Amino acid sequence: MSAILELRGASRRFGGLLALDNVSLSLNEGEIVGLIGPNGAGKTTLVNVVTGVTPASHGQVLFNAQPIERLSPDRIARLGIACTTQIVQPFPRMTAIENVMAGALFAGGSRSPAEARAAAHEHLEFTRLADFADKPASALTLAGRKRLELARSLAMKPKLLMLDEVNAGLNSVEIEAALALIRAIAARGITILLIEHLMKVVLNACGRIAVLHQGQLIADAAPAEVVHDPKVIEAYLGSKFAARHTRGVL
Amino acid sequence: MKPGAKLAMAVAAAAVFLLLPWTADNYILRVTTFILMYSTLALSWNFIGGFAGYPSFATAAFFGLGAYAGGVLQSKGVPMTIAWLLAGLLVMAFAAAVGRAILHLRGHYFAIGSLVIAEVLREIVNGATNLTGGGMGLNLPVLKLGVTTQAQLFYGVMLAIAAAALATTWLLDRSRLGFGLRCIQQNEDAAIRLGLNTARYKTAAFALSSVYVGMVGAVYASWVSYIDPAEAFDVLISVKPIIMVLLGGAGTVLGPVFGAFVFLVFEELVWRNFLKIHLGVMGLIVVLLILFLPKGLLGTEFRRVFRRAKHPAKDGA
Repeated sequence: MSAILELRGASRRFGGLLALDNVSLSLNEGEIVGLIGPNGAGKTTLVNVVTGVTPASHGQVLFNAQPIERLSPDRIARLGIACTTQIVQPFPRMTAIENVMAGALFAGGSRSPAEARAAAHEHLEFTRLADFADKPASALTLAGRKRLELARSLAMKPKLLMLDEVNAGLNSVEIEAALALIRAIAARGITILLIEHLMKVVLNACGRIAVLHQGQLIADAAPAEVVHDPKVIEAYLGSKFAARHTRGVL
Repeated sequence: MKPGAKLAMAVAAAAVFLLLPWTADNYILRVTTFILMYSTLALSWNFIGGFAGYPSFATAAFFGLGAYAGGVLQSKGVPMTIAWLLAGLLVMAFAAAVGRAILHLRGHYFAIGSLVIAEVLREIVNGATNLTGGGMGLNLPVLKLGVTTQAQLFYGVMLAIAAAALATTWLLDRSRLGFGLRCIQQNEDAAIRLGLNTARYKTAAFALSSVYVGMVGAVYASWVSYIDPAEAFDVLISVKPIIMVLLGGAGTVLGPVFGAFVFLVFEELVWRNFLKIHLGVMGLIVVLLILFLPKGLLGTEFRRVFRRAKHPAKDGA
């Protein structure tokens, strides 16, 4: 297995705050890796460092062994790195299909709007939004808008997809559906970095879990190991969670 | 509307515009030439302001620069039509260069940045007395044509430029560039994340919004045969097209033309009937427009408005 994404000592400083502190992490092709940590741990900052939205202050980011930390966010997106944002960012007055067309047109290799429309339709079907194709994005439910972000990201034909809390605010039925969707995406060979607060989802979907705490990577191991790691329990999971899981759930 | 009906209307409109110079008197021809000129300004503003959502106040800068480029080129012996075309290209190159510098600003900041361009150019033109005549203005060669022939000529040229601007809008509306500009207008950050090179797209829109304005400026200079800095860089040249586009419907294809027509006919009537307070009346119209027709005449679904008026409870908030 080769690393598709590698962070080497990546740091990001916002004024006096070191939001990301010397993080080294690599994702292998085809993996689903979970990224967890308490609020403010630097999870979203890590995503933004990779996408170039807030570039690393120090350190290197390699994508397919090429350094990308100095590229503009749109270049990085065109290389094949997509992400969904924690707060959904649709084009509100465009229809659902037009939203997805944008991904196909600007990063997914479609040469004309007509070609992009055909590609977009496929992704709407995949995310079960085909019935809403001609509805404005602002008319969708939150769950729908999250799936729309997903469809739009998939239309970019990414090699790496970072999902920043796609399940936040969803009910348990919707989460089951989202989980199935994530697995189906991974089955297409897309590497996934899953940022998630719901441990049920992370433990179910991920082969490996990375834990951030105050900007530092405090664990990077298989799920079974991570849930028993005292540092992780102290920083994030809490002893109650650990007790529940040692009683044989895992 | 059915495609057949649309085509019939387009043909009828084209026929009216093509027959007008031989049927109308010089007053109507002059007013219509003005409407066509402002249609071009409004269509041009729509590229950057309507499609991309960047509130540009640079129209006067492009217009004045085009007028002076056309005038100075002619004073150096360049034939009139070539001077018009060169003025358009020069202004476009200028817009592309300036656009690179100010298009990273957003919202109000961009508006102020674009507003300053005309002020700077005005001062430069004022200062460069040798080339432009400075504050005394610049005289252009008087055409050796009859009054009616001249009116017909400038009507024809303005019609051709407006038609080109309209055709460009139609193409843009269907193109990758137009789609990208719409994305920028709706959510620029999301557009960047999707791989859109927004700097390039915005610069293209800004350049596109300048080329026809530059040409129209040069043609206008020839038409009135005298320009001075205060008139050529008048801030109203920037403001009026914006009102026209908002009146007609921002980001639509025909909205700007429709808005220019309604605005100028209104202005003509208001000017005639409220000589002393015409600016006040225009202001009132703008306020009413923003309050009641925020999407413009072509963007509003009147059927819905009427239905709501009939059954206020059903439609809800």
